[in-house]
Amino acid sequence: MGKYLIRRFLQLLVVSFVISVLVFMLVHLLPGDPTTQILGANDTAANRAILLKQLGLNLPLWHQYTIWLSAAFHGNLGTSYLNHESVTHILATGAPVTIELIIISQVLAFAVAIPLALVVSRKPNRAFDNVSTTTTFGLLALPPFVVAPILVAVFAVGLGWFPATGYTPFTQAPITNIHEMILPSVAITAGSIAVYFRLLRSDLISTLQQDFITMARSKGLSNRRIMWRHAFRPSSFSLLAAAGINIGSLIAGTFVVELLFALPGIGYALVQAVFQRDYLVVQGISLVVAIAFVVIQFIVDFVFTIVDPRVVRE
Amino acid sequence: MPDDKELFDTRSSSKMLANRIPMTAATDEAVLEMQSAAVDGEVLQKKPFGFLFWFALSFVGIVLFSAVLANVLPLQNPNFGHFTDLNQGPSSAHLLGTDDLGRDILARLVFGARVSLIVGFLGVAIGLVFGGSAGLVSGYRGGRLDIALNAFSFIILAFPAIVAVIAIVTFWGASLFHITIILGIATIPLMYRVIRASSLAFAQRDFVVAAKTMGATNTRIVLREILPNVIPVMVTFSLITVAGLIVIEGTLAFLGLSVALPTPSWGNLINEGSSNGLLSINPLIMLWPAMAMFTLLWSINLIGDRLRQRFDLREGVL
Repeated sequence: MGKYLIRRFLQLLVVSFVISVLVFMLVHLLPGDPTTQILGANDTAANRAILLKQLGLNLPLWHQYTIWLSAAFHGNLGTSYLNHESVTHILATGAPVTIELIIISQVLAFAVAIPLALVVSRKPNRAFDNVSTTTTFGLLALPPFVVAPILVAVFAVGLGWFPATGYTPFTQAPITNIHEMILPSVAITAGSIAVYFRLLRSDLISTLQQDFITMARSKGLSNRRIMWRHAFRPSSFSLLAAAGINIGSLIAGTFVVELLFALPGIGYALVQAVFQRDYLVVQGISLVVAIAFVVIQFIVDFVFTIVDPRVVRE
Repeated sequence: MPDDKELFDTRSSSKMLANRIPMTAATDEAVLEMQSAAVDGEVLQKKPFGFLFWFALSFVGIVLFSAVLANVLPLQNPNFGHFTDLNQGPSSAHLLGTDDLGRDILARLVFGARVSLIVGFLGVAIGLVFGGSAGLVSGYRGGRLDIALNAFSFIILAFPAIVAVIAIVTFWGASLFHITIILGIATIPLMYRVIRASSLAFAQRDFVVAAKTMGATNTRIVLREILPNVIPVMVTFSLITVAGLIVIEGTLAFLGLSVALPTPSWGNLINEGSSNGLLSINPLIMLWPAMAMFTLLWSINLIGDRLRQRFDLREGVL
């Protein structure tokens, strides 16, 4: 197990290194001179040269990279050139919103997908199974930018059950916070529900054919116990892995709903920075989100090797 | 009743998940989907395609057809505002109604389809040409090249696609050309992995060995023996990836990072119609492109799914 984890950890390091180089290169290889951005097109060449030196942009690229990286390690990802807010601060204020969205949506997805799959897999290909399978197949075609506006139209504008925009921190007013977070979370849940349900359903159907289930039945165990303890447990690992992979599309989803519902999360900050051409903010956020994504994958793998030692033998 | 082979396959599905090939944001769901749905394959394999399949196919056909011929079709100018007919419901003059600037929604929808389709199909074509051919050769030949390419694709796929695309678009500028190129490049490692795995599986089969002993050249083996067998996987996976790319483009457009207004795309049409004021006045502006997007994605997924069942593809191959 140790060997496997070390290999995965080295992989993590390599990937993180490549990510940092790519993100660094973004600013430096693409056309456009930052001094023109800051000073305007009409300033003198002398002023331009001074600023270039101040920003350290006259140094060789590898040197700039090491400076940038060591600053990043010290938590300094630069500051927004518009409002002089540090990127670290932007990330720190945005992260709770984004993470809360992801957590609520995943809890909802599991709360729907797991019971549904457990019920359906006992009698596959009956009417209820067909309805659920068809519906979840439809959910796959509902990306957040399609669902979210419809939810707003129906539940916020039409019925007025939920606010269309606005954000209150959880620490200030927990109930208002949850109330505001429900619509955006539901909007990014659709895809997850479909993925988890379909995965778990087919996993369960095949598990239920196995000998140890027949054995459990002949021992006279209750259906509930068989479903949860014997059938669901082995499948829960692949569910965990699916959740790990799913994080990627969830990130995209949070960007959409944060913009639509005006939630001050990381995605909102990123999109604003893109529009204002706030390069350092875009660079910093991209770096942190990409690394976080890779680290989450690693953690999922780590948990995996502990709960399911079969992985390592592969 | 599923047989032993199927049970085996399902177990290897979770193992493969455990081993996890990181995928780009949009397509990983699709891959999971293919893995999880593989069990159904056996049962449904012999069934005819069914009504829904033909419905989906004709919907995609109609969208493709009208997007290609948008200039020739009797459509109104998608950017012309009829200032006397703002926010009209469907009528004989405007089949789907008009938006808040009096523009014909149907015309905007049809022209907007172009963006989604170009990004989806061209992006996958780029991925197929480069990633597919690299995968075919790398899977067949193996060796150092294979190890290097494989490791490289692994690293690229670890990057969350949407973040990379947003970052690149910021610095390079948002245009249809740039987005197609970026998403096409992002598709290369994905296609490479899937086709390499498939090619690898066939490279060890008897008929390839037979071709070798008969003195067939490597080129011939790759093109005549392996490629035809890989095509089902290629087609199915490509379709699902097309849907994935359309979602990414739609997300970008919704965020305002795709083609610039007033050029319509389904993502920015949905975004335009979703401002709070408009949702209460004329929700149809948002609803039409949202329904079109849903139906298109659903159709592509369904076609891909039915083809996979027909070809009886298993996750072992993918």
